[in-house]
Amino acid sequence: MGGIQARFKLDWPGFALDVDLDLPARGVTALFGHSGSGKTTLLRCIAGLERSPQGRLTVNGAVWQDDARWLPTHQRPLGYVFQEASLFPHLTVLGNLRYGLQRSGGSATQHTPDPGAALDAAIELLGIRHLLERKPDRLSGGERQRVSMARALALRPRLLLMDEPLAALDHQRKQEILPYLERLHRALDIPLLYVSHAPDEVARLADHIVVLEAGRAVATGPLTDTLARLDLPIQLGEDVGVVLDAVVAERDAAWHLARVEFPGGSLWVRDGGQRIGDPVRVRILARDVSIALQPVNGTSIQNCLAATVEQMAGDHHPALSLLRLRVGPSPVLARLTQRSAVGLGLAPGMPVWVQIKAVALIG
Amino acid sequence: MFLNDSDLQAIWLTIRLAGIVTLILLLLGTPIAWWLARSKAWWKGPLSAVVALPLVLPPSVLGFYLLLAMGPNGPVGQFTTALGLGLLPFTFWGLVIASVFYSLPFMVQPLQTAFESIGERPLEVAATLRASPLDAFFTVAVPLALPGFLTASILTFAHTVGEFGVVLMIGGNIPGVTRVASVQIYDHVEALEYLQAHRLSAVMLVFSFVVLLVLYAWRPKPVRGA
Repeated sequence: MGGIQARFKLDWPGFALDVDLDLPARGVTALFGHSGSGKTTLLRCIAGLERSPQGRLTVNGAVWQDDARWLPTHQRPLGYVFQEASLFPHLTVLGNLRYGLQRSGGSATQHTPDPGAALDAAIELLGIRHLLERKPDRLSGGERQRVSMARALALRPRLLLMDEPLAALDHQRKQEILPYLERLHRALDIPLLYVSHAPDEVARLADHIVVLEAGRAVATGPLTDTLARLDLPIQLGEDVGVVLDAVVAERDAAWHLARVEFPGGSLWVRDGGQRIGDPVRVRILARDVSIALQPVNGTSIQNCLAATVEQMAGDHHPALSLLRLRVGPSPVLARLTQRSAVGLGLAPGMPVWVQIKAVALIG
Repeated sequence: MFLNDSDLQAIWLTIRLAGIVTLILLLLGTPIAWWLARSKAWWKGPLSAVVALPLVLPPSVLGFYLLLAMGPNGPVGQFTTALGLGLLPFTFWGLVIASVFYSLPFMVQPLQTAFESIGERPLEVAATLRASPLDAFFTVAVPLALPGFLTASILTFAHTVGEFGVVLMIGGNIPGVTRVASVQIYDHVEALEYLQAHRLSAVMLVFSFVVLLVLYAWRPKPVRGA
């Protein structure tokens, strides 16, 4: 059985964790929730840093914990990036990178004949070659976090765990690291569990999402589908909305626009400097989507797509309703007033046109 | 010559005693300090109190109990006799054992503070990098606690050099065997050899000052957490 099966139960004073998860074998799974929701505790249970007596954990078929056994952390083939930079201050950057490598010789050779190659690849991916001789106290916060990511990667882990790796950094440093994380995301062939309470990181990086609330997983699934659930609108940032994976298909240099294609259609967005063929993500908020029964002429809105109403539900205010539509296979959420929904006679299965006022290109 | 032969002998004996005690306490105090820094067991409190006892106990009280324990009717004495080692009081090794107890807090407390200030995180990081707990102790905890080790060793050495009451109770005053510098000074004063007492005292004073100077002025900078 592939992927990660994790079942943990903890009952601490003032906090309880009770999850039973089946997570995919590849891609980035975001553990998303407010502080105190148990996401870090869950990650620590998976790493073996926290002991859950009745827990079970299987990673790609290997049992790391069940009733009979409990692998201590140092025997689990994982990589862990802590929230605050946690480099060893008494070692240089290279010393830090080698620390784990020297101790994982056996498991590394299974994957790569030359463990040094994994180290080299990690150094290259995170762009830290010029820092190798420095001591950690001579690095910026962002550089330290890149080194600790490389240190975890160099181990050739079967599972990568990151506990809010950007939370301790200011906005600028975050923007500096996110491109590296995106590169990592594309290069990675192992699962990455990424704990975060920052919606923009989740929207940019996650393929799957587990939403935690008070120690329980309230929603879990592929990011796009989960964000488009009407029974449990997940507010990722300022408002509910969907995130779609797309590819840059065309660039209009005269107007500084780019056309991105997603399964089912394409959208014009502000040109973000990507090349044609680059994968990008777009976020469409429900409040920026309006609905028309016919294609509309004479509008300033650039993006108008044919769609089908799939599901309708009430919203947080009785005057509003939330709609899920499909543009081809891709979901889009729209927020309308109840009055317009009724006025247009909207019902599931109805073909309509969606007008999208704003599309955010997120990496 | 500034110091006579018996003074030099006393100084050499003192250095030997303090050196051996420091080495033994490094081996003995480190695990105790490590355990005290990380345990949450209920008897951590009682053990801390026992370790700190020599700080407040009059040395003569400590010496008295140790003398009884190591004497012919004491449990330690019967044990050493059974092993064919004879009795420990009034021997150099008796003095070593007594000094280990006497200086224990001076090794354990700085080490415990050093270990506590490292915190849990670096060891967790080491574990995620495949280091076993013992491996992590030697490659992460010890290097990070190095300033603590230095402070603890200097304090232990200096404190053992300054010991008097326990020596008198356990070791008495045998030249070359148990007559350490502090006892030698006492002897000089008893014999009204004030000049000799002055000289040896001056040596001790300078030594103590230099040790403390090293400790405070040239204290190694703690490695900054990154």
